[in-house]
Amino acid sequence: MFKLYLTALKGLAVKETNRYLRIWIQTLVPPVITTSLYFIIFGNLIGKRIGEMGGFSYMEFIVPGLIMMSVITSSYSNVSSSFFSQKFQKNIEELLVAPVPTHIIIWGFVIGGLGRSTLVGILVTIISLLFVPLQVYSWSIVILTFLMTSILFSLAGLLNGIFARSFDDVSIVPTFVLQPLTYLGGVFFSISMLPPFWQIVSQFNPIVYMISGFRFGILGVIDVPILFSVLISIIFVISLYALNWYLIEKGRGLRS
Amino acid sequence: MTYALEINDLKKVYSGGVEALRGIDLKVEEGDFYALLGPNGAGKSTTIGIVTSLINKTSGNVKVFGYDMDTQLMQAKLQIGLVPQEFNFSPFETVQQIVVNQAGYYGVSRKEALERSEKYLKQSDLWEKKNVQARMLSGGMKRRLMISRALMHEPSLLILDEPTAGVDIELRREMWTFLKELNDNGTTIILTTHYLEEAEMLCRNIGIIQKGQLIEDTSMKSLLAKLQFETIILDIESSGQMPVIKGYESELMDEGSLSVEVGRDQGINELFNQLTEQGIKVLSMRNKSNRLEELFLKLTEETA
Repeated sequence: MFKLYLTALKGLAVKETNRYLRIWIQTLVPPVITTSLYFIIFGNLIGKRIGEMGGFSYMEFIVPGLIMMSVITSSYSNVSSSFFSQKFQKNIEELLVAPVPTHIIIWGFVIGGLGRSTLVGILVTIISLLFVPLQVYSWSIVILTFLMTSILFSLAGLLNGIFARSFDDVSIVPTFVLQPLTYLGGVFFSISMLPPFWQIVSQFNPIVYMISGFRFGILGVIDVPILFSVLISIIFVISLYALNWYLIEKGRGLRS
Repeated sequence: MTYALEINDLKKVYSGGVEALRGIDLKVEEGDFYALLGPNGAGKSTTIGIVTSLINKTSGNVKVFGYDMDTQLMQAKLQIGLVPQEFNFSPFETVQQIVVNQAGYYGVSRKEALERSEKYLKQSDLWEKKNVQARMLSGGMKRRLMISRALMHEPSLLILDEPTAGVDIELRREMWTFLKELNDNGTTIILTTHYLEEAEMLCRNIGIIQKGQLIEDTSMKSLLAKLQFETIILDIESSGQMPVIKGYESELMDEGSLSVEVGRDQGINELFNQLTEQGIKVLSMRNKSNRLEELFLKLTEETA
């Protein structure tokens, strides 16, 4: 059975990869354009007047945050929209009738989110190199925080896809929850700049830990201890994975 | 004996309280061509939905080739190929991508799946369209695509939920030939259909579901033997008057058509004798409705 499951996983991963590559103009180009504008406006034009932050130019400071922002959005929206579309078009039934365990379904979609966010992350990084030279403080921390973030938000997107009943439900969460949390998660500023009360509030925002960890991997400056960041990510990943597994297994929104 | 499908006391109550299945017991033998009939909302699709894991059962037990769906779900799923009622493939994927991906979910390697795709797409006359997005296909082609997709992992039990709905007569007959061949080669087939002629032509055994219960489960032959009367329509040369026919229930439908109920053991020689004696010329003769249709209506009316 293990070989069968591996083939099924490969099949689902290829299907998911083909999907976002087929519509590359919707999936890969927009984050590149958006972050280029951020680099030009915030990094280059406004950034020059802000001066240094954490010992780095403002442009250097926001690069990790902007890469992470694209990774978060790409992984989340890839999985939520793909899963919901398959539910809407009923072709999720292809998976439900087949001998594909829930674990394989979850990982198939996560691989899709991971693949798209990796491509987007690389493209945004290439764009950032046009504005600022990039030195990496720790490759292992960069890779670890990237993987944890991408998996976490792919799982969050899957959860959204499971509960969604209309295309509105798929766009509401990114607009009203994900985007505010990302902007307040320290993309454009250091959490230590906030008043003490808002610093405490920020501790409940999981994105703070992702951006802080990734920034540490690239610049070596940190808002939250790296071990704590990784631990928080692991807790979120395990919780979301278990919740998704339970809901798919029970057939929430999939089987009547 | 191991059955291709064995259902015991299957019940389903939907969340709104609707009791769709009230304890179905059904056994389909290996190699059978079985028709599952019933009016809309009788519970056919719910039964198929539970067997194919698309609907959660409330209670009962389902076994596929001896594999219990509660404890050996993956092995049971491997045996089944499903052709659903509604199109349920991605309209943006190509024909070949759809069948190859589906084979992958059943553990068929990509290389093997590509080879099989040629075989099954050629068989259903879709090979020329292999690189066309599914949304560009006609209704009949989409239906054939779903059959090819269901066959890619070469299942032992093929379940077709109204496969010929909306398909033109020519294509329907082609599909019948194809399904017959498949059954002759050993695949057990379960079919739900609204075309009772289809069930009569293809299936050896039949089950009729009415209000969530199996009210008939027998061979097609013995079911048709239950038919006590058949209604025939005679097109006659119009005389404007109702002929007098003794021993037969008859009715003049219009000036040139006579409807006559003929009992199973009654025969029609006597009917023709009487008409000839009265100088009435019979131009042609046909059944009022399909024999099975007549019986089906009778059975479902009885239990309504």
